[in-house]
Amino acid sequence: MSEQEIKNMEEIFEQRIARDEKIEPKDWMPEKYRKTHIRQISQHAHSEIVGMLPEGNWVTRAPSMRRKVALLAKVQDEAGHGLYLYSACETLGVSREELYEQLHTGKAKYSSIFNYPTVTWADIGAIGWLVDGAAIINQVPLCSTSYGPYARAMVRVCKEESFHQRQGYEIMMTLAKGTPEQKELAQDALNRWWWPSLMMLGPTDAESVHTAQSMKWKLKRKTNDELRQQFIDQTVPQADLIGLTVPDPDLKWNEETGHYDFGSIDWDEFWQVVKGHGPCNKERMSARVDAWENGAWVRDAAMAYAEKQNDKEIKKAI
Amino acid sequence: MKNENLIQYIYGIADNALILGQRLSELCGHGPNLETDIAGTNMALDLLGQTRSYYQYVAQLSGEGTTEDDIAFLRTERQYKNVLLVEQPNTHFGYVITRQFFYDVFHLLLLQELQNSKDETLAAIAKKGIKEVSYHQRFSSDWIKRLGDGTEVSHSKVQEAVDNLWKFTDELFHTTEDDKVAIKSGIGVDVTQLKSAYYEKIKAILEEATLNIPDHKWFRKGGKEGIHSEHMGYLLSDLQYMQRTYPDMKW
Repeated sequence: MSEQEIKNMEEIFEQRIARDEKIEPKDWMPEKYRKTHIRQISQHAHSEIVGMLPEGNWVTRAPSMRRKVALLAKVQDEAGHGLYLYSACETLGVSREELYEQLHTGKAKYSSIFNYPTVTWADIGAIGWLVDGAAIINQVPLCSTSYGPYARAMVRVCKEESFHQRQGYEIMMTLAKGTPEQKELAQDALNRWWWPSLMMLGPTDAESVHTAQSMKWKLKRKTNDELRQQFIDQTVPQADLIGLTVPDPDLKWNEETGHYDFGSIDWDEFWQVVKGHGPCNKERMSARVDAWENGAWVRDAAMAYAEKQNDKEIKKAI
Repeated sequence: MKNENLIQYIYGIADNALILGQRLSELCGHGPNLETDIAGTNMALDLLGQTRSYYQYVAQLSGEGTTEDDIAFLRTERQYKNVLLVEQPNTHFGYVITRQFFYDVFHLLLLQELQNSKDETLAAIAKKGIKEVSYHQRFSSDWIKRLGDGTEVSHSKVQEAVDNLWKFTDELFHTTEDDKVAIKSGIGVDVTQLKSAYYEKIKAILEEATLNIPDHKWFRKGGKEGIHSEHMGYLLSDLQYMQRTYPDMKW
């Protein structure tokens, strides 16, 4: 294709997105669109898979049968999300093995929040309430993003995430209304997860490198700072309702703006964790790599068996 | 039949589901690929769901405000009546599948009989479980074949698991005093009657998987009487951690 032809194609492509048409796997798309989507969708899939680890950490120790089953089902949902997000990503011409390779070598990122440890049962409540809460705010706009397979996957993901969020809040509520020891567990978890949850919505707009392009392709509808404000405005009253205190002395309702003012975020901590020096970066990655490497002989066996069965079928046919 | 006999009889079934469900839960997030991870979690969910039905029934029989959680989390090791097989550790995927396979084949035969129990609640729980356990058996049998007839490495790994877990299969067919009372009253299943069908099925699948059938004649037992392997205490430490650390609270 000549340069002019490509330019024309790009123009038609951008017009389709502007008209809210969905882009499908077989449609022509600019290389940058493909790459950006592979990056974002795989990052999202990786986050689901790595996100199973901090919560999986409490499945065997959940405090009641009801909570154990609910947590196990939740972690399983995340595996399911991973599965259909990887599938959506594969429609862009990349294999699951390549994507894993990128994760295991550190080339691909996942949500930094999962590099924090779950040290008490209350952390399971806090993750559901805050982390899934922030994720929903990030993800709801993606249900109408331009790339069809991603948008459709997100519709399903969002439904399940909002269930998880209610479940997490319910855990926190039970603790907050429980014995003094339980309330202390809840408050301590909120103290530790509040700031990382705010960071989860991404760097401030001034430092966010992908925002402009992502807005155009409807990979983003609001900026990181707008989303963060929305999260705070929504979450603070929920904390008030169950008698927990958000660990920010500068937090104050602003009548004029109709939003909460909040204290400054420790972005040094954010970048430190993103760059691999959070409390659990090494542990999360080695858990993923171990599962993959220890599973190699199993995957090989399945492949070899399938080939043998195939050969048998062919021989029968002849 | 006294309530206490019935309760002990139910523990003999339900504790297997709890302990195997707990073992499978340990693997959540660490499977060889996403599909097997999801399938393993599914089986854990089925087993823990069945456990809850049994324990809720026991709680009802016990009265005095007993809850399913008291039963699941607050007994001492000697009071758990699961067979030794299900508490064996997740040494590697070959062990996970073999343990599952050895239990699933028994479990399905058991539930198919238990659905005719004179006890309506047990019959209903069994009926509901049959569909789930048929899937478990299909899943584990398929994997036995894949691993057995896959690569040389997978063959030797799964053979090792079969050889090492074989000694736990005979205990499935033991009957305790409480079992005998339950059988006599038409509530319990006489598992001794299931033995030949069990080994027939097991041997057929192992043969198809090109695996050797172990011929040793010595078997391990004890779990059904509450005498467990050394693995059990650690499993219970995890399982009971919250309830022991924070007694008498609502979660």
